[in-house]
Amino acid sequence: MRRTALFDVHTRLGAHLTTFAGWTMPLRYGSDIAEHHTVRTAAGLFDLSHMGRIEVTGRNAAEFLDYALAGRLSTVKVGRAKYTMLCHTTGGVLDDLVVYRLAADRFLVVANAANAPMVRAMLGEHANGFAVRITDAGGSLIAVQGPASAEVIATQGPASAEVIATQGPASAKAMAIESLDLPYYGITEARVAGCDVLLARTGYTGEDGFEIYCSDADAATIWESLRESGATPAGLACRDTLRLEAGMPLYGHELTVRTTPFHAGLGRIVALDKADFVGAESLRRVAAQGPSTVLTGLVTAGRRAPRSGHAVLDPVSGERIGEVTSGAPSPTLGHPIAMAYVPPVFAAPGTRLVVDVRGTREDAEVVALPFYRRSPQ
Amino acid sequence: MIPLNLRYSRDHEWLTDDEIATVGITAFAADALGDVVFVDLPEVGAVTTAGETCGEIESTKSVSEVYAPADGEIVEVNKALADDPGLINSDPYGAGWLYRVRVTRTPEVLDAAAYAALISPES
Repeated sequence: MRRTALFDVHTRLGAHLTTFAGWTMPLRYGSDIAEHHTVRTAAGLFDLSHMGRIEVTGRNAAEFLDYALAGRLSTVKVGRAKYTMLCHTTGGVLDDLVVYRLAADRFLVVANAANAPMVRAMLGEHANGFAVRITDAGGSLIAVQGPASAEVIATQGPASAEVIATQGPASAKAMAIESLDLPYYGITEARVAGCDVLLARTGYTGEDGFEIYCSDADAATIWESLRESGATPAGLACRDTLRLEAGMPLYGHELTVRTTPFHAGLGRIVALDKADFVGAESLRRVAAQGPSTVLTGLVTAGRRAPRSGHAVLDPVSGERIGEVTSGAPSPTLGHPIAMAYVPPVFAAPGTRLVVDVRGTREDAEVVALPFYRRSPQ
Repeated sequence: MIPLNLRYSRDHEWLTDDEIATVGITAFAADALGDVVFVDLPEVGAVTTAGETCGEIESTKSVSEVYAPADGEIVEVNKALADDPGLINSDPYGAGWLYRVRVTRTPEVLDAAAYAALISPES
């Protein structure tokens, strides 16, 4: 099992470790529900160093990514990011990605941990005829997520002491974000805890948050500093309930090679008007015909949560019409939530469905995604 | 950590050495589950068979079956768990007990030392 540069830190913090995609990662440090609430109300600290990071550089980098991926990366401005997907020629999703443009001819592709070697290989296959270089970027990845995360990051900056001294803690947050000049889905070079990093503002929890790309040597220093600034270590368990509440798809659950972006309700990320790209023919067909099943949100009133693989039934005929892809009791909302694929005719919010929860029929109602949306700041 | 006065199953239940035994899950099992959010227990009067499932414990992350450590008839279930299933995490050997069973047969059970060996990382 591979260990991140923060493995010793996690062990010292008493983390419950789990194996995930070939890595030993913190599942939780104490209570996963408490960690979930911390991210919703303050700031949680995550080690995401297992995520795949692939650099694509070279004269043709932008047009290559336009061809290899579903989105149009060539129009992304330097310092900005785009959520996109690597699709099979059948249109099925091979991975969902965040791609940052670091320079005109330099992109950072962030892939799911389990898919990283495949993504790297597929990009290599598609690169024929393009002047690009595809390399694995090393280093560590630390995320701070939650409404207080800007404040936590802000107090890391070299000017933070003055900002707080002259403006008071209440305005430190606003001041520092301005000085960072980092919009949502932006990335910039920055210094955190005295270390040179790439600081991004993306996130996968439905909260404001930052990702810090740093060297392995600096990871523990940055982690400890953020912890001292008030961020609470949080593990993979709460990450799953957070992203589910935020309606964000997870590869292997909502996204698979059997589903296209259109099935997942993410058709808008496919730039159908590009001249040619991998999967274009299939994706244009699905876009024209409409997907046979669509991703929907379900809520149930009982206490037993629908889980991945549970059958969704038509309440009238009792027939199986779909399948749950993820489900859990929502810590924020206080009732079970789930995502499921059902035919479009059953997907309108308010539709009554039934889920077979291990042999018990639970009434479910279709709701619009996401289940949870943070209040505007 | 592992109470010496209790007996243990290989499925991580504990039970008292009484004619009417109190049954729960071990701290090791509770820890592995994460925060428990719902418990489904057998009804009073139900008959359990050692090694067979008799309930469910649901955490945020997953659902686990509860196996019976002994044959017998359920005489009481812990009603407090309906309102506060987290008792299984906070006090697995006390307030987080699951049910009481009038034992007719107990197959293989472990003492504390044997259970400690079972869950040690080397085993």
